[in-house]
Amino acid sequence: MGRSLLDKVWDLHTVRELDSGQSQLFIGLHLIHEVTSPQAFAMLREAKLGVPFPKRTYATVDHIIPTDSQVRPLADGQAEIMMSEIEKNCRENGIEFFGPESGDQGVVHIIGPELGLTQPGMTIACGDSHTSTHGAFGAVAFGIGTSQVRDVLASQCLAMHRPKVRRIEVDGELGAGVYAKDVVLHIIGKLGVDGGVGFGYEYAGSVFERMSMEERMTVCNMSIEGGARCGYVNPDDTTVEYLRGRRFVPEGADFDKAARWWRGIASDEDAAYEDVVGIAAHEIAPTVTWGINPGQVVGVDGQIPGVGSFDGDDRLVAEDAYRYMGWNEGDRISGTKIDVAFIGSCTNGRISDLREAARVAKLGRVRPHVKALVVPGSQAVARQAESEGLHEVFREAGFEWRLAGCSMCLAMNPDKLQGRQVCASSSNRNFKGRQGSPSGRTLLMSPAMVAAAAIEGAVIDVREVFGKGESS
Amino acid sequence: MSSSEGRHVTLVSGRPIPFRGNEIDTDQIIPARYMTAVTFDGMGQYAFQDLRFDGEGNALDHPMNDPRFQAKGPRIALVNKNFGCGSSREHAPQALWRWGVQAIVGESFADIFFNNCVAMGIPCVQASEADIHALMTAVEEDPSHDLAVNLETMTATYNGTEYGVRTHDGARHRLRTGTWDAAGILVDALDDVRSTAAKLPYVQDFRD
Repeated sequence: MGRSLLDKVWDLHTVRELDSGQSQLFIGLHLIHEVTSPQAFAMLREAKLGVPFPKRTYATVDHIIPTDSQVRPLADGQAEIMMSEIEKNCRENGIEFFGPESGDQGVVHIIGPELGLTQPGMTIACGDSHTSTHGAFGAVAFGIGTSQVRDVLASQCLAMHRPKVRRIEVDGELGAGVYAKDVVLHIIGKLGVDGGVGFGYEYAGSVFERMSMEERMTVCNMSIEGGARCGYVNPDDTTVEYLRGRRFVPEGADFDKAARWWRGIASDEDAAYEDVVGIAAHEIAPTVTWGINPGQVVGVDGQIPGVGSFDGDDRLVAEDAYRYMGWNEGDRISGTKIDVAFIGSCTNGRISDLREAARVAKLGRVRPHVKALVVPGSQAVARQAESEGLHEVFREAGFEWRLAGCSMCLAMNPDKLQGRQVCASSSNRNFKGRQGSPSGRTLLMSPAMVAAAAIEGAVIDVREVFGKGESS
Repeated sequence: MSSSEGRHVTLVSGRPIPFRGNEIDTDQIIPARYMTAVTFDGMGQYAFQDLRFDGEGNALDHPMNDPRFQAKGPRIALVNKNFGCGSSREHAPQALWRWGVQAIVGESFADIFFNNCVAMGIPCVQASEADIHALMTAVEEDPSHDLAVNLETMTATYNGTEYGVRTHDGARHRLRTGTWDAAGILVDALDDVRSTAAKLPYVQDFRD
C-alpha cells in the first residue's frame, strides 16, 4: 500500500513520538507577522528560551499595515507599536524581516510562495489560519495559535496529531467565468464548514492538475473554511516550473536535484485515503456566499435557499443569516445592491487575480455609490501589475489602487465597512462583523465577480458581463 | 520532565454560562479591531463585544449581559457545534480565559481553537447533542450551581445530574499530567531536532 504526500512528509519530519500520542514535528518553514507573534516573543523572554533556528523563520507585516500611506510613524499609534515590536523582535533574534522598505513586503501567504520560500515536501507553520495556502506546493502547512508560534520559535517543532486525509477529486471542464474561488466555495458548500475537522484535504483530479499555482493557492487557502487542518495539491511540472528561478530556490544542478525530490514526495498512486469525494466540474457556477459563513453559498444564477430547506441546527444558522443579511424568502443573489467592492487578500490578491479583475474593469465604470478598492497582495504583485498598466485600468474605471496588505479582509487597518454596508469581496470570510463594522455584510466571490459587481452596482453573473463586453 | 510540568488539570469547577449557537467563529469571540495590541492583557473585557453591545454601546441580549450569569469566580462555558471556527487567533481563548472561562463543554470544536485551548491548559470536552441541550436548559432554568468537569471520570456534573463527556486522548493526557504547555518538552529534544533537520534535503539546500 502506497503512502499519501501527507504521510510521507509527516514521517520525514517526525523527531519523536510524545507521550500524548502526538508527533514532535520539525517545521521546515516558519512565517510570522505582527499580530500573533509579539506575545510569543514575550513568552520566550519570560521562559528564558532562545530561537535556535532563526534562519528557518521569516517575518513580514500585513494585517495592520495601512494601504493608503505607510509613512512612519504609522497614523494609528497602536499599529506603529506593533510594527516597531516585530522589527525589534526580528532584529534581536536574527530573523529576516520583509518590511515595507524591503520591496518584498506583503501578505505572508503571498510573499512565501513568490520568494520561493514555500517548497514542496516542507512542513510550514504560521500564526494564521490561512497558512493552508502553502499546501498548493505539496507542503503540509498549518495555521497555529500564539503559544504554538512560541513553540516553533523555541524548538522549530510543533506537537501535533497526524490528520486523516480526504481526497477531493474534481474532474471535467470548468465553464467560462468559473474560477478557482468558485471551485473552493462550491466544495465548502457541499462538505460544510466543519466537514473537514480532523482532516487534511488532498485536492486532485483534472481540474486541479490544469490549474496554475496561483489558482491552487486560492483553493488551498480556503481549506480552513471547510474545517480542514490543511489542504494540498501534489507537486507536478506546474509546481516545479513556478519555483524555477525564485530567490530562495536552489539553482543549476541543485535545482534538478530539488525537482526530483519534490516530485517524489507526491502521493503514491495506490495511496490509501480515509475518504474520497468526487465532484463534477460542470456543476460549478460562479458562486457567491449569501450567509454568515463560507459554507452558505449559492450559484449566482440561483435563488437563495429558503430557511425551510435546512434541517435542525443548520436551520438555526440559516435563520440567523437571513436576519443578519436582511433577506426575504425567495430573494435571488443576483441583483443584490452593493456598497463596497474589495479585491485583494491572501485568497485572491495575486497577479492573475488582478488580471482577471482588470479584464472586467476595462468594460465599464464603477457605479458612483460604490467604493471600490484594489489591494495588491504584495509589493511584488503591485510592481508587476503596474508594469502591465493594470493600475491605470483600475483607476480609469473608478477603483482605488492601494498599497499591499490584508486590508479589508479582516479590517485591522483603516479599511473598514461602515454600518450595514454590503461588500462584494474576494476575501475568505463572511463572518458577522468580519470586515470591520459589527453589522457589515460580506458577499464572497471571485475577483472577476467583484469587479463586475462594482461596475453593475449589484451582484451580477460575470459571464453576462463578458458576453456583452468582450467580442472574443 | 519536571521542568516541563505545569498545573495538573483534572477537575475544573465553576458557574456555567451557555453560549448558544453553532459555528460561533473566533471573529465573534474577539473582533479583530481589539487585536491591535502586543499583549493579551485586557482581552477579557472585549470577549463577544459585538454580540454584547450594539454600535451605540447599548447592551444586547447576551448571556454575558444577563444578570443571572454574573457570578464571580471561575466559569465553565457551554457551547454547541464547531465552536471557535475560523481565524487561528489565540486572542479568542485568551479573551475567554481572561473573562473567567476555565473549561468548555460543547457538542464540537474547531481544530485550531481546540489546540489553542489545550496549549493554555483549558479543557474542551464534548457531550452529545441531547446532553448539551439538557445542560443548557438546566442552567438557564437555574444557574445557581457549579458545573464540575472531571477529566478522571470523564463526566460533567450539574446540580446532581451527571453527563458523560469525551475529549481527545492526547489532550486529556497533556491536561492531566500538566504537560499541556508543549514548549519545554519540545526544547528537551533539540539534539534530535537537529539530526532530523540534517536528514531533510531542503534544509541542506539540496547540496550533498
